[in-house]
Amino acid sequence: MSEQTTTPDASGLPEGQTPSAPEPEQRSDNPLKRFFASPAGRSVGLVVALLLLVAVGAITAGENFMNLDNLLVIVRYAAVIGVMAIGMTFVITAGGIDLSVGSVVGLSSVIATLGAIQTASEGFWPLMVFVAIAVGVITGLTNGLIIAYGKVVAFIATLAMLVGARGLAEIISGRSTQVVNNRGFLDFFRGDFLGIDWIVWIFVVVAIAGWFLLNRTTFGRRTVAIGGNPTAARLAGVNVKRHMVYLYMISGACAGIAALITLSRTTAGTSTHGQLAELDVIAAVVVGGTLLIGGRGTIGGTVLGVMLFAVLVNVFTQNNLSSSWQLVAKGIIIVVAVMLQQRFANREGATST
Amino acid sequence: MIEDDHPVSLLEVRGLIKSFGAARALKGVDLDVHAGEVHCVLGQNGAGKSTLIKTLSGAHQPDEGEIRWNGEAVTIANPVAALELGIATMYQELDVVGGLSIAENIFLGHELARGGVISRREAAKRTRELMQRLGHPDLSPSREVGTLSPANQQIVSMARALSHDIKLMIMDEPSAVLDSEEVNNLFRVVEELTNQGIAVIYISHRLEEIERIGDRLTVLKDGASVGSNLQVSQTPTRELISLMTGTDIEHAFPPRVPIADDAPVVLEVENLTLAGVFEGVDLSVRAGEVVGLAGLVGSGRSEILETIYGHRKATAGSVKVNGKKLKPGSVSSAVSADVGLSPEERKSQGLLLEEPIYRNATLSTFTRFAKAGLLDEAAERRATEEQMKALELRPAEPNRITRTLSGGNQQKIMLARWLIHGTEVLILDEPTRGVDVGARQEIYRLIRDLAEAGTAILIVSSEIEEVLGLADRTLIIADGHVLAERSTADIDEHGVLDLVMKGSAA
Repeated sequence: MSEQTTTPDASGLPEGQTPSAPEPEQRSDNPLKRFFASPAGRSVGLVVALLLLVAVGAITAGENFMNLDNLLVIVRYAAVIGVMAIGMTFVITAGGIDLSVGSVVGLSSVIATLGAIQTASEGFWPLMVFVAIAVGVITGLTNGLIIAYGKVVAFIATLAMLVGARGLAEIISGRSTQVVNNRGFLDFFRGDFLGIDWIVWIFVVVAIAGWFLLNRTTFGRRTVAIGGNPTAARLAGVNVKRHMVYLYMISGACAGIAALITLSRTTAGTSTHGQLAELDVIAAVVVGGTLLIGGRGTIGGTVLGVMLFAVLVNVFTQNNLSSSWQLVAKGIIIVVAVMLQQRFANREGATST
Repeated sequence: MIEDDHPVSLLEVRGLIKSFGAARALKGVDLDVHAGEVHCVLGQNGAGKSTLIKTLSGAHQPDEGEIRWNGEAVTIANPVAALELGIATMYQELDVVGGLSIAENIFLGHELARGGVISRREAAKRTRELMQRLGHPDLSPSREVGTLSPANQQIVSMARALSHDIKLMIMDEPSAVLDSEEVNNLFRVVEELTNQGIAVIYISHRLEEIERIGDRLTVLKDGASVGSNLQVSQTPTRELISLMTGTDIEHAFPPRVPIADDAPVVLEVENLTLAGVFEGVDLSVRAGEVVGLAGLVGSGRSEILETIYGHRKATAGSVKVNGKKLKPGSVSSAVSADVGLSPEERKSQGLLLEEPIYRNATLSTFTRFAKAGLLDEAAERRATEEQMKALELRPAEPNRITRTLSGGNQQKIMLARWLIHGTEVLILDEPTRGVDVGARQEIYRLIRDLAEAGTAILIVSSEIEEVLGLADRTLIIADGHVLAERSTADIDEHGVLDLVMKGSAA
C-alpha cells in the first residue's frame, strides 16, 4: 500500500491555486457540538449508550442483572472479543483490516491443546501459553508479509488466512475436540486475583498496554500516521511496510491470547473456536470510533464498543429473548453508531472545498 | 485585441472571476467562440485554464462575470446543464469505464431503452454511425473499452460527447496522451467536427499544434486573459510567448549569493533512469547551490525528484550524497542521509491533514525527540512552535489541526519538518503551488537562507519565472531527458520556453 503514488497528471488539473487554496478557517460555534465532535465527546456518546443499556437491564431484569457476579459474567464474556479488538484497533487505525482473527483463535486453540504440547516438560503449562501466542504471531507475520511485500490487499490476504487457518485447524485436530487436561493451565486461567478472574485481568492489561502503545509511543505515532496518509508517512521516512508487518503480528498475538481465554472458558480446543468472531471484533472497533479508513483510533472507544455488545447480549439473555433479536439489535447499533460518527466527521471536514 | 467580424458568437465570456478561498484562480477572462471554429486557449500551468474549463462545463460556478450562449445570458449550474445547452467537455484524464463496451460507454447515463430494457441493437447502430463520423468505422460497438489504446479511448470519449446534440466541444490537452500519428487523426476529427458547425475550444501548450489547427486563440496568464480572440495566423510565436510569460514581475526574488569555488558537491546523480519515464539523468548540486529543473508537466521533472529521493525505484544509475551511495527505492536511506523532500502534492503526499500541526512538523523526527520509544510531545510542540515563529507562521499554535491552514502555511509546515530534521539536500517540488503572493516571498527568502547556510537545493516549479528567479543553474527537461543546462544568468524565460517547446515537439 505504501507503493501508492500520486502520479502528477499532465494536465496539472488542480491547476495552480485551485483546491489547495487557503480555506476559510471555520469552527463550529456551538461548544456542545464541538465537544461531541472531539475524541472525548465521542466516547461520552458511547458511555451514555452503555448507561442506557444498563438502565434497560436493571429495569427489565432487576436484581439478576444488577449484581457483581453478573458484571463478572459480562466482562468474562467480553474478554475474548475484547483482546482481539485491541489488536484489531491497531490494524484498522493504520488503514488495514484483519479478517483472520477468528480462525486464528481456532488454529491457536487446537495447536496449544495438542497432547504433545499439553504434556511436554511434565505438563509445564506456560508452554501452552507460548505456543498459542506464537501461532498467532506467525499467522500475523504471514498476513503482514503478504500484504506489505506481496502487495495483496489486506481484505483479500486476511480473507485467505481466515479460510486457510480454519482448514489447517481442522486437519490438525482431525475435527475432534481436544480436552484441556493440563491441570496447571486450568488452575491458573480459571483462578482469580483479588476476587476477579485472571482472564478479566488479562483483558484489562492488554487494553492498558494497547492504550499506552497507541498513544504514548513512537510505534503508536507511526500507526496513526500510516493510517492518516501512507504516502506522507513514507516520504517523511517512516518504514511503512515493516510497520504494517508488526501491526498484523500484534493482531495475531492478540488472537493467540484470545485463544487462551477461550480454552480456559471452554476447557477444550477445537477448530470451530472463534467462528465469525472477526465480525464482532470489527463491529466493536468501528462502533468505538476508530475510523475504518484509518488515521484515527481509540482504544478506550474499542473497550466501550466491546462492553456495549457484551451488555447487550447479557440483557437479552437475562430476559430470555431469542439470540436472533440480539443480532438484529447489534445490526442496528452498528448502523446508528457509524451514521453518528459520519455526521461528526463531515462537520469536522466541512472546510474542504 | 481583434474585434469580432461575426454578428453573433456562440459563446461569449465576459469578465469571468472565480476564487477559491483567498486565492483567485480567474481574475477576469474574456473569450468569444464562434460556431465551427477552433478556438485555442493557451497559458502556462496555473494560468487558470482548468478552472476556466470547469466553469464552462458547469463544475464550478463563477463568482462574477457573464456567460452568454447564443446571445443570451445563461447560468451553467452543473455538468448536466452544460450538456443540455450543447457544451461537452473532454477532460484530459480519460473518463471511460474500462469494463464496459464502446456502445455501453457512449450511452452511459442516457441509455437507449424501451420500458427499462436497454435496446442493444439501437445502441450498436447509433455507435456505428458515431464511429463512422469520427473516422473509426473499424471500432466495433461491442469491443471492451479497456482493451483499446488511449487514443481510441479518447475517440470513445468524443463519441459520447457527440451522442448528445452538442454545439461546443471543449478539449483539455487532448494530444497529451497521443503519439504523432494519433495526433494527426485527432486533428482530422477536429476538422470533421468544425465542418459540421461544431465549435471546439482546444486547450494546449504546444504551440505548433495551435498553429496547425487553431483559427483564433486566447492567452491566459495568472487567471486573466491577456490576449483574447487573436487570429492565429496573425499572431507570431514570439508574441505568444511574450503574452504567456508577461513582463510584469510579480515576484521579487532575493538576491543570489555567489557560491564559493571550493564548495563541495553534495548531491551527485549519475545516469539515473526510470524505465519509460526518464533516462540518463546526470546532475550535481554543490553546497549552497540552488539547482532548478524546468520542463512541462509530463516531462519527467517530478519523477526525477521522486526517484532521487527513493520514492520511486530507479531502474539504473546512482544517487550519492556526500559521496555515499543511497539505496535505490528507499526513502529511509535518503532521509538518514539528511535528504528532505517537499512533495508536489502537499495534501496527498505530504501532510496528515486531520492531525495537529506539530505532528506534521515532527513526522520525520518524532523518534529523535522520543526517549526509549516514549514520545515527548511537549518537546515536539516546543520545537514546532520555535519553527513556526521563525517562519512567521501565525498564530503559532502547534495544536491546531493542519487542515484548517492556508496553502502557504501548510507549505511552511513542510519546510518546518525539514528544518527540524536538518538537511544536507532539500528537494522542493512546486514549493509555491497554491501559495499566495505574500507567503511566496517568505518561502523564496527561506530557500535562499537555507542555501546560504550550505544546504544543496533542488527545485522544480511549473512557473519558469520561479525557477529562474531562485536557481543558480537550470536544467531543461523534456520528454525524460536533460535537454540543456544553463546558468540562470545566461537564459531568460523566453529562452527556456523556446527550448522546452522545441524539445517536447520532437
